Amino acid sequence: MEVTTDVYRFIVRPKERPGGRNRHDACPLAADARALGLSSVRAIERAALYFVRGTMAPKELSLLGRFLFSDPLVEDCSWSRVGDDGPGGGAARGDGRDASRRIGARLVETALRPGVTDPVADEAMRAAAELGVAGVEAVASGEAFFVEGDGLGDDELASLAERLLCNGVIQRWAVGAIVPAWPDEAAGSGAVERFDLAGMDDEALLALSAERRAALDLAEMTAIRGYYRREGRACTDAEFETIAQTWSEHCVHKTFKARIEVRAGGEAGAPYPPVVDNVLKSYIKRATDEIAAPWVLSAFVDNAGIVEFDDGYELSFKVETHNHPSAVEPFGGANTGVGGVIRDVMGVSARPIAATDVLCFGPPDASPEDLPAGSPHPRRVASGVIAGVQDYGNKMGVPTVNGGIHYDPGYAANPLVYCGCAGIAPRGGHPRAQAAGDRVVALGGRTGRDGLRGATFSSMVMDSSTGELSGASVQIGAPIVQKKLSEALLAARDAGLYTAVTDCGAGGLSSAVGEMAFELGADVDLARAPLKYPGLAPWEIWLSEAQERMVVAVPPAKMDELRAVCSGLDVELTDLGCFTGDGRLVVRYGGAVVIDLDCGFLHSGPPQRALVATPPSGSRPAASRPTARAAGPAPSIAEALLAILAHPAVRSRESTVRLYDHEVQGATVLGPYAGLRADGPQDAAVLKPRESTGSRAVALSNGFNQRYGAADPYRMAVSALDEAVRNAAAVGADPDRVAVLDNFCLGDPTIPETMWTLLEAARGCYDAATAHRTPFVSGKDSFNNAYLAPDGRRVSVPPSLLISAIGIVPDDSVVPGSDLKAPGDRLYLVGSAEPSFGGSVYADLYGVPDGADPGVPAASPAAPATYRALHRAIAAGLVRACHDLSDGGSAAAVAEMCLGGRLGARFRLPGPPETALFGEANGRLVVEVEPKDAAEFERTMDGAPYMRIGAVEATGELRLEADGVEATVSLDDLCAAYRGERSER
Amino acid sequence: MTRPKAIVLHAAGTNRDPDACVALGLAGADPEIVHVNQLRSGERRLSDYRMLVIPGGFSYADALGAGRILALDLASYFADQVAEFVASGRPVIGVCNGFQALVKAGILPGDSAGDRSAAGDGTGGRRRATLARNENGRFECRRSTLLAPPSACVWTGGLPGPLACPIAHGEGRFVVDSDATLERLRDEGQIALVYGRDDGSAAGGVPADGEYPANPNGSVADIAGICNPAGNALGLMPHPENNVVVRGRDGEARRERTLACLALWKNGVDYAKEL
Repeated sequence: MEVTTDVYRFIVRPKERPGGRNRHDACPLAADARALGLSSVRAIERAALYFVRGTMAPKELSLLGRFLFSDPLVEDCSWSRVGDDGPGGGAARGDGRDASRRIGARLVETALRPGVTDPVADEAMRAAAELGVAGVEAVASGEAFFVEGDGLGDDELASLAERLLCNGVIQRWAVGAIVPAWPDEAAGSGAVERFDLAGMDDEALLALSAERRAALDLAEMTAIRGYYRREGRACTDAEFETIAQTWSEHCVHKTFKARIEVRAGGEAGAPYPPVVDNVLKSYIKRATDEIAAPWVLSAFVDNAGIVEFDDGYELSFKVETHNHPSAVEPFGGANTGVGGVIRDVMGVSARPIAATDVLCFGPPDASPEDLPAGSPHPRRVASGVIAGVQDYGNKMGVPTVNGGIHYDPGYAANPLVYCGCAGIAPRGGHPRAQAAGDRVVALGGRTGRDGLRGATFSSMVMDSSTGELSGASVQIGAPIVQKKLSEALLAARDAGLYTAVTDCGAGGLSSAVGEMAFELGADVDLARAPLKYPGLAPWEIWLSEAQERMVVAVPPAKMDELRAVCSGLDVELTDLGCFTGDGRLVVRYGGAVVIDLDCGFLHSGPPQRALVATPPSGSRPAASRPTARAAGPAPSIAEALLAILAHPAVRSRESTVRLYDHEVQGATVLGPYAGLRADGPQDAAVLKPRESTGSRAVALSNGFNQRYGAADPYRMAVSALDEAVRNAAAVGADPDRVAVLDNFCLGDPTIPETMWTLLEAARGCYDAATAHRTPFVSGKDSFNNAYLAPDGRRVSVPPSLLISAIGIVPDDSVVPGSDLKAPGDRLYLVGSAEPSFGGSVYADLYGVPDGADPGVPAASPAAPATYRALHRAIAAGLVRACHDLSDGGSAAAVAEMCLGGRLGARFRLPGPPETALFGEANGRLVVEVEPKDAAEFERTMDGAPYMRIGAVEATGELRLEADGVEATVSLDDLCAAYRGERSER
Repeated sequence: MTRPKAIVLHAAGTNRDPDACVALGLAGADPEIVHVNQLRSGERRLSDYRMLVIPGGFSYADALGAGRILALDLASYFADQVAEFVASGRPVIGVCNGFQALVKAGILPGDSAGDRSAAGDGTGGRRRATLARNENGRFECRRSTLLAPPSACVWTGGLPGPLACPIAHGEGRFVVDSDATLERLRDEGQIALVYGRDDGSAAGGVPADGEYPANPNGSVADIAGICNPAGNALGLMPHPENNVVVRGRDGEARRERTLACLALWKNGVDYAKEL
């Protein structure tokens, strides 16, 4: 047997399937390539690549190829020794078979860059050992693409690789066979840099901030200089990075807490004092404080907001954004966005029970010329983001049950990825009692360079070089590692093994240990941290945002028991040091002290930022102005309804939603789609966690409308909150037990108009929350959602505010769902408000109808009472179906109810036809009531506005009436339009 | 009769183990989640249980293919224990990822000709069936209707009607190596569950006949679940454990489909009691 180490290359391809269906359907890559303008690409076949380094006998190679890497019934595997093969051939000939069965196909291969987590390779290593193949030293994975097309030159292949097949941030590519790369033994470098910060002038301070991508301004840098002057010593790189991270927008919300000078006169400025000191306190927290709901158990303190579920349990809920990482690497960004928010819930000692995702992309049909230079096509961003959400939630076993997808040209270069997670825990089971002497213990994944400076990166405006420069900011998820971690933490919680816990999110250990040691101080040694690969400097270990890690404070007496729990679940545990009680954050690398900071200085935060808010001068940007009706004949009612149902804001997201497991945990009472054929869209998800022993359930919903935001941020906020609460009420949540979360995504805060938008939206949040009596329990703000194109054009996202709601459904047996149930039932419209057209779907298609209100929907003063009355009716079992009126107006809502139940209906609303049928307003829902319950329903609704509008019919059509018009649309046409099968407008 | 003890096997990435426990509990069993490490260390023994449940999830991240490495665990670490358990006639069920593992370990379809014994070398022997990527290439979660044709399976005998339960998988297309294998599965009564179209009647509908989405993954002969020739070991892609609780908002048809899911679990538990 040979003793030299060889590298073998295995390629695994699906078997040809004679009589199989059109294989081009199964490979959407070719369609994507053509959409990118590579029109000569006919087909792209994907194959898996594995490289194995070691000493293996032929029989062992066969075992790896035939059993481990391939399924011989459906896949062909061939292998060869690297070096035996001509370069660039790709026709691996190890077992004599010709792998190039696609005559004329060209080969493009990709592999991960060194240092990028390769979980497949890790499992393959373990499995090879289990198979008894002992000579395997290392495994690496990759992908091969066989590209068919006429006259494909190297330029086209390079373009295909760069724009579609390979993500340069985490992968390399080659035309022909790629050369594998191997990670080396992992040990840190111990290298520490020191700067004489105390002696720097202002210019040097700013240069340092820029060079280290710290995103700190002069006032902040000056404060740091002051500290080192007082300490009378040099600053280490690790200290500087720690301060930059701790003081980043991401971590301390400088903008939300800024002192804002309001420069606005007249009516616009009337609602504001001359100076708003801290938006968070002035509007968001103030609403929570004034409502003072006794069932709010934790708001704005922990990693997630916490509310009471019942006497035994509490619910936690958190929504985060992961926008910049998703712009650079859509799959990894979204993947770790989901992973990160799940860890937030694990960080309040809860069991994750649901994931939510609201995604904002550029238009899927955007032509490449219209996109800002340097940004990937929205189709690619969307497919990557969706795959990332799918991968993490599904593998963690957390059902993804609520969300949305929104399209706007403003998201083309800067997608928004909101990831949410809800959890459940025993009341009072989340300890926050770390004490001096407790061990500082890291659990979970290993540390690499992943996501370095993510906190500061997310606090900057992106430009076309961002992808390249921030390669290190990309984080790669390993959901199974986190699944194990979650199991270990719950076991540790139940056994009382830790006194405090937090997740490693932005800022990594620096942020997690720093926060936990905020009062006590800590002394830790980074040389103990297990690494993924060698060469990390101490500051890199300290700041790494490698995923799937949590930090717990553990009394020394509990360490053995925690070790046993972790080893039983194959979770890595590292004792980094201890909490000291002296108020100093001391970080060592072996013998050398790399950080010695006063916790008080670190956590006093940066000096308060001073910002200015000014209303936009003159008219609003053209894109956001409701357009006047386009010339030409007005559409017919039927035509308009079908176009609205097919509009990207309304049409079915089922093909995306079905990629998410929304049933795991067996708690899903009402999922994203329900009804006769499970394709009717629902307003909110209802879950009955297995901890619930009675009839109590949880509703999760959201409200979001960027078209409103572009036109009127105040009313956007009012509308988003109303929609979130309305959606929760529609599925039976008690409006007196709904808590909300705010997630702002805005542009550059140093632009006064951005701050004006923030003020307006925050004031809307306050007004709406206090009107509905829904306290904010958590929130997050993301600024600098803007992109500076090479031509100097600055593209900001439209003002975007997501309101997420979590509500208690007292009785899961009366959850109505939006699908119609039986012919002959009555239809009621509950709530009252004057519909308008600002930001409406109708206006987006046809402009604002003549004489109609062009404004964004205002608050509906009747809404709070309406929802409470509706709740009484639902709780009494009087409501068979209920659906909220939002995008597209009343006609779209009733149409969705019809298609959910595959039943017809007729309804009539008074008023001008467009306004009555397509105008949008807050505070309204349509309700289906059995005739025998009608009198009781009307009695129950007494005091709240309601109107009988029609009935459910056994016919296969929807009949709509308003003043002077009547229209009929068949159920088949409604379904086809809603499914996007009717593309013409 | 006391509640039979059921071992619910957990590997890194298994995630529907608590769901299976809910179903088993309602069906009258006493389930215990046991980590493969506990079996390997000898802390738990398979032979101490009367039922074996391999639940759904993404064992080992589905690296190298769904269920493949868990299959390797079954075929290398626990080959004898598992073989003995199956041969003893005690009920075994693998759901979704568990089904994939049982098939890739050569335990299902299994036959008297020693197909399984060939699996003992960790290679799965010459497998005659597998679960491949869904026809449409995607993971999908949707409701499915299952019909139970007459078969040897102890889990699906005498079910009151069709089952309705979710599927949630990306690699669920049941594939056989030849028509002869399919014939043999039919002859031996090993086709325990097929995807169907629900017509709302008590009898419950007709097979999907390959049509998407009723047959959600392109499985040959609409096969959703198969058993070994003895009928005590069942593997299936859909999740009957996720529809065992009748909800107040369910209509009558939905309620019957839910009770049918629970009946499947009760069949297994009752069978274990009688052994």
